[in-house]
Amino acid sequence: MSDHSSHHEESFLRKYIFSIDHKIIGIQYGITSLFFLLFGFSLMLVMRWQLAYPDTPVPLVGGLIKWLAELNGFASNGNLPPDLYNVFGAMHGTIMIFLGVVPIVVGAFGNYLVPLQIGAPDMAFPKLNMASYWTYFVGGVVMVVSFFIPGGAANSGWTSYPPLSEITTATHGQTFWLIGMIFLITSSLLGSMNIIVTIVQLRVEGLTWMRLPFFIWTQLITSFLLVLAFPPLEAAGILQLMDRVAGTSFFLPSGLVVGGEVLANSGGGSPLLWQHLFWFLAHPEVYVLILPGMGVIGEIIANNTRKPLWGYKSLVYGITFLGFMSFIVWAHHMFLTGMGQAMSVFFQTTTMIISIPSVIVLTCFLISLWGGSIRFNTPMLFALSWLPMFGIGGLTGLPLGLAPPDIHLHDTYYVISHFHYIVAPGTIFAIFAGIYYWFPKVTGKMLNERLGKTHFWFSLIFMNGIFFPMLIQGLAGVSRRLADGGITYAHAQGVIHYNSFMSASAWWLAVAQIPFIVNIIWTLIKKKDNPVDPNPWKATTIEWTDTTSPPLGHGNFEKEPVVYRGPYEYSVPNEKEDYIPQTKK
Amino acid sequence: MDIKIPFNEELRPDTGLYNAKLGVWLFLASEVMLFGALFSAYVLLRVAAPIWDNSILNIPMATINTVVLITSSVTMIMSWVSLKMKNLEKYKLYMGLTILCSVVFLIIKYFEYSSKFEHGYYPSTNTFLAIYFTMTGLHMLHVLGGIVVNFYLWIPGVKMWETEPERFTNRIEIAGLYWHFVDLVWIFLFPALYLL
Ligand code: HEM
Ligand SMILES: [Cu+2]
Repeated sequence: MSDHSSHHEESFLRKYIFSIDHKIIGIQYGITSLFFLLFGFSLMLVMRWQLAYPDTPVPLVGGLIKWLAELNGFASNGNLPPDLYNVFGAMHGTIMIFLGVVPIVVGAFGNYLVPLQIGAPDMAFPKLNMASYWTYFVGGVVMVVSFFIPGGAANSGWTSYPPLSEITTATHGQTFWLIGMIFLITSSLLGSMNIIVTIVQLRVEGLTWMRLPFFIWTQLITSFLLVLAFPPLEAAGILQLMDRVAGTSFFLPSGLVVGGEVLANSGGGSPLLWQHLFWFLAHPEVYVLILPGMGVIGEIIANNTRKPLWGYKSLVYGITFLGFMSFIVWAHHMFLTGMGQAMSVFFQTTTMIISIPSVIVLTCFLISLWGGSIRFNTPMLFALSWLPMFGIGGLTGLPLGLAPPDIHLHDTYYVISHFHYIVAPGTIFAIFAGIYYWFPKVTGKMLNERLGKTHFWFSLIFMNGIFFPMLIQGLAGVSRRLADGGITYAHAQGVIHYNSFMSASAWWLAVAQIPFIVNIIWTLIKKKDNPVDPNPWKATTIEWTDTTSPPLGHGNFEKEPVVYRGPYEYSVPNEKEDYIPQTKK
Repeated sequence: MDIKIPFNEELRPDTGLYNAKLGVWLFLASEVMLFGALFSAYVLLRVAAPIWDNSILNIPMATINTVVLITSSVTMIMSWVSLKMKNLEKYKLYMGLTILCSVVFLIIKYFEYSSKFEHGYYPSTNTFLAIYFTMTGLHMLHVLGGIVVNFYLWIPGVKMWETEPERFTNRIEIAGLYWHFVDLVWIFLFPALYLL
């Protein structure tokens, strides 16, 4: 370990902007991705107005919408025109997934916590780490800029299916999207390779594989998914870029008629090829979205039940198996493409198999609660509610994984509800739980509990207010991606009146985030002279027991920790305290 | 301020690796997936294509290029071995030869490309040419990347040999692994595009 006496002042730029310290980079990732989460959420708030009150001017931000629509070349009287609705929809998904959740769970949580939890002075490749953040940043800038070009940003959904995404070459939104994605993919690749090497190579003495905190395991599996699944999307992106820019026809079939005219391209391509390449990434990607969340929840449950995590080994083997399986289920997104019965049977079988590890995780967490003396603090409340929310998300996935019911459910609001139950009250709640839990580590200050609990209860209620009616609408047959919320759609008539309720829930959900934002700002400003106990939750893992809060400058540890025991030795009989740090002899 | 990251140059006993070596293997794994996806696309498109006219390609030129690239892989290994034997002069010679071969590869490729363009063959002409230009183009970018890295290690980066010879030798090994991969991709591309 380096000695910190030889410190000399670093320039502001080096220390805070182009920092190579994983903690600073983690915070940079955190702030940027929270901003994008808020941005993506705001797009949806506007869309929900259009769904509930089609073609009427949007209140509060109508002027802004009109300005943006006219800048893009669409007519608007303050309402959200269909073209812009499509833009918002595509960019909501893209921003939430690639600029929000992945960067926050891997870039922020992973970056900040992995070295601390394994006792390392930094990531294995600090400069690569910095490059990863700035590549992400550039990708974000490309995406944001595309909102302001003529024709607007990408408008073919976050899945960017051709031919739709390729016959729009008159405008450049989709091209920006592809270029932005190439940056984001590169960034994720750099970041995830770094995390794997860090975990494999920099674990301190005594920290064997089965002593790793569960969170580290989830980061490891997630990173493998990113390293292996993202390149095919990069390949697909390059091919689509060639189609758009160099006039090739990788994804365009022969004789395609657009606007009454046969397209003058060479043809011979296959739209299905894109779907295969896309979902080969995007199914593992959905596990990238949820695995780190599971890790966060596991840490918080063990800590707040004051019990070891039940079935630690089953959890580890379970998610490892899940990681492998996630590469052979992708075509369950494509049952309706006519890919053939043999394919459908194969993929529905693998899909049923992959739900087993998810059930294992949920079961282990539930049993972990059994007989614990649970502390109901804010992180724990979020963690507890994560269990039934993830449960709903997972259970609603099963009918989708079977080809016959999926014929009815595909491309309806049921699918939207399914994956939002997993990513919104699932992953986003795990992110909140993690923020409340590790905030004292990062800043040395505790967030206010009363505001935290307010934030929690209202978020939980309104989340369900949005997504539960979607299940019903979807079962009734309401299609996703209808810019008018279904008023012109026969199937929707019986359930369309839910729309205003769901939209109101969404806006109230936005209001419910105010206590959270206030809490953070108020805690940072007010509590200047309130140095927190370095281990306020009485946790066992290295980041709490062997560093100050916030940790020392670059280098993290005064002296290298040595690990003697597993990660969750809580309530060991005949011990003075109800927890034994991993680094205690 | 620079902190020391463990196992940057020395091997970690239980994994038997230094950090960058694991890093480059992971990078290559992702590259395998990248080109693997493109080769899958190639197979799918080719199976569906009514005609697949690769007779317009210049096999002799590509054969020369294959030889050139394989030679460069050999000289790359020689440069690493020279460092292992603490012979900096030989290292410089072999690294120079490696770079020379890579540049020759690009020059030949340039002539191939321009003769296609002269005959009006573009990526947009048909599916075969689309995949040909995309895959060889991406491969060329990788060659270019290799040249940049190798050039850095040849001239400006070589001063690390004075201070941290161990780490510098590791760097050549890493660059070498990457370079062999680029070579390997070509060895698949050559038959897939030119011969079959
Ligand atoms: C627990 C087992 C799960 C099963 C059996 C399952 C099954 C499915 C199936 C079959 C679809 C395609 C439905 C259709 O388009 O017709 C789907 C969509 C989706 N699932 Fe899941 N899923 C599961 C878990 C997850 C998890 C953990 C996530 C994490 C976020 C997730 C995220 C998604 C997303 C984002 C989509 C929609 C993609 C789109 O079309 O835009 N799922 N799921
Ligand atoms: Cu899937």
